[in-house]
Amino acid sequence: MLEIRNLHARVEGKEILRGLDLVVRAGEVHAVMGPNGSGKSTLANVLAGREGYEVTAGSVLYRGRDLLALTPEERAREGVFLAFQYPVEIPGVTNSYFMRAATNAVRRHRGLPEYDAIDFLTLVKQTMKSLEMDEKFLARSVNEGFSGGEKKRNEILQMLLLEPTLAVLDETDSGLDIDALRIVADGVNRLRSPERAVLAITHYQRLLDYLVPDQTHVLMEGRIVKSGDRSLALELEKRGYGWIEREVAGAAPA
Amino acid sequence: MRDTAAELAFVRHFAAARASREAREPAWLGRVRAEAFDAFQAQGLPTTKHEDWRFTSLAKLERLEFEAADMRPSTSAPRLPTGVALGRTHRLVFVNGRFAPTLSDLGALPAGCRVAPLSAALATDPESVKRAFASCADVKTRPFAALASALASDGVFVELAPGAALERPVHALFLQTGSGAPAAAHVRSLVSAGAGSRALVVEEHAGDTLVPDLTNALSEIRVGRDAAIDHVLIQELPEQSSCFASVLTRQDAQSRLGLHSLALGGALTRVELESRLEGEGAELEMNGLYLGRGSQHPDHHTTIDHAAPRTTSRELFKGILDERAHGVFHGRIHVRPHAQKINADQTNRALLLSDRATINTKPQLEIYADDVKCSHGATVGQLDDAQLFYLRARGLDLAAARALLTYAFASEVLERLPSESLRASLERALLGWLPQGGAS
Repeated sequence: MLEIRNLHARVEGKEILRGLDLVVRAGEVHAVMGPNGSGKSTLANVLAGREGYEVTAGSVLYRGRDLLALTPEERAREGVFLAFQYPVEIPGVTNSYFMRAATNAVRRHRGLPEYDAIDFLTLVKQTMKSLEMDEKFLARSVNEGFSGGEKKRNEILQMLLLEPTLAVLDETDSGLDIDALRIVADGVNRLRSPERAVLAITHYQRLLDYLVPDQTHVLMEGRIVKSGDRSLALELEKRGYGWIEREVAGAAPA
Repeated sequence: MRDTAAELAFVRHFAAARASREAREPAWLGRVRAEAFDAFQAQGLPTTKHEDWRFTSLAKLERLEFEAADMRPSTSAPRLPTGVALGRTHRLVFVNGRFAPTLSDLGALPAGCRVAPLSAALATDPESVKRAFASCADVKTRPFAALASALASDGVFVELAPGAALERPVHALFLQTGSGAPAAAHVRSLVSAGAGSRALVVEEHAGDTLVPDLTNALSEIRVGRDAAIDHVLIQELPEQSSCFASVLTRQDAQSRLGLHSLALGGALTRVELESRLEGEGAELEMNGLYLGRGSQHPDHHTTIDHAAPRTTSRELFKGILDERAHGVFHGRIHVRPHAQKINADQTNRALLLSDRATINTKPQLEIYADDVKCSHGATVGQLDDAQLFYLRARGLDLAAARALLTYAFASEVLERLPSESLRASLERALLGWLPQGGAS
């Protein structure tokens, strides 16, 4: 599904990703963990195609195609979804209008019939209910005045509507209380299927209690330095990142 | 006057119309016209050396030898624009400054309400027109208002008795049509709202001419105690035309007035809005949206005169400028020494969609009372990159994302319009203006 090879990327002239390799197969959930500044958010933004994130070397194949050659909207239509760490507020654009425009843009691309306003309303209300979101958020401007937790739920709502093939969650768990975390994780779990994959970027392992990953990776200084199963996440929670830093330093050629 | 071609044409129009007007109009009106024309001649067409006209040049316009629009031979019945659909209205249509009865539909008027073309009101009840006439317009510093006062061929007269309410909007549609030499139409309207009366008046300027015609409109609105009046100015003239519109008003105690200006078309637009809040507790809302592309030039000058204590004003203007369009916004707020505990809030935002578009914006606050709340904010910006990326990351293409954000920028102004059908009409107009007809 996703094949990242030797990825190097710069932000404002500073190299953040320095030879990142990662392979995610269909049906899998991968967790990427790492200390602050290790390049987690840069990875998410490069995958979504944000301007200002300059890829200097390496490649990213998504379902066999060169992902980096696509515009952000082409990636979204091809099934890549980024749940933003800090969803932006858009005053004047109602949430329901925005989500229908987005859903229909993606459906059009996939050759599916577009939703009319009424069908869409039924669908979105149903989905909101499953996320325990109040319907009043439909009439409000996109993310405007939403609390941190409400913004994250709104991201997951969009994800469920757009039905992506690859969902990239950028610290979706941060700032959530335990109930919200469970609801968000339930939403992601509902999306899981043999045709889909999830890349969950997180600082804490507690999301992984609910969203059990097939593989856990440690990102440090722009590279995946260690991969393992779920127990690696638990070990990181207990011991921090210091031991891995030492391990990496010890293994590095002199 | 500098005896430009346009000025000399206006002198000829004034002289030519004089005899026939004197024969059918009351003497006092002749005096008002003569004084107004003197005031115009004393000022002449302004140049950019004049502080109020620094950013708006009339150099091209003053070379035009306008003919009088009401002398233009009438062609076949013009097509009425359908953009502004207000449902059931009291509709008055003027073609080239002349009332067109066959295109108009005044409908049944509620008790205490008079809605008529000014020409008809002057013929049947000159005394009531006289009471309302020239009560707001000080034309000594406004050359175009002076011209309209001197040369107006017709306009709308609305008189509301105390407590009277017009449930349906008054829709005054001023059309310029025909071909040939460029023509100038001058119209003036009066709204005299008695105590506790209510009305919505929509003044729309449109047309289908392909020559650089000029429309010059003056509206005076007198808002009585406790009255609630909304006036909406919509300018959607063809791309060669220029439009000068002055809406000059006075408000009594506890009245509420909404002045809305939507400048959508035309080559050069100059709108002057003024309200003097003379009675305690009067409330004013000014609300504007201007759109420009190509080399369009929308200019708004607003004046809010807090002349009584505990008056409030809330002003919001937004402009969207693309290509080489040049916008001007000048917002003056004057607070007189005894006007304590007033509240004034002015916001002006411009969105520049091209790096060749220009906006000149100037708030001017003159505050002579000490216990007041005044705030103002002006911003000029481009579309937000983070918002654009967010929309694109959800599958909207760049053009659709830009259109959606542009629409959202303007929506705050449209939300403040005083009727649902107006909002819907202007939403359609805005979507039509946006490239690709807005987001799908």
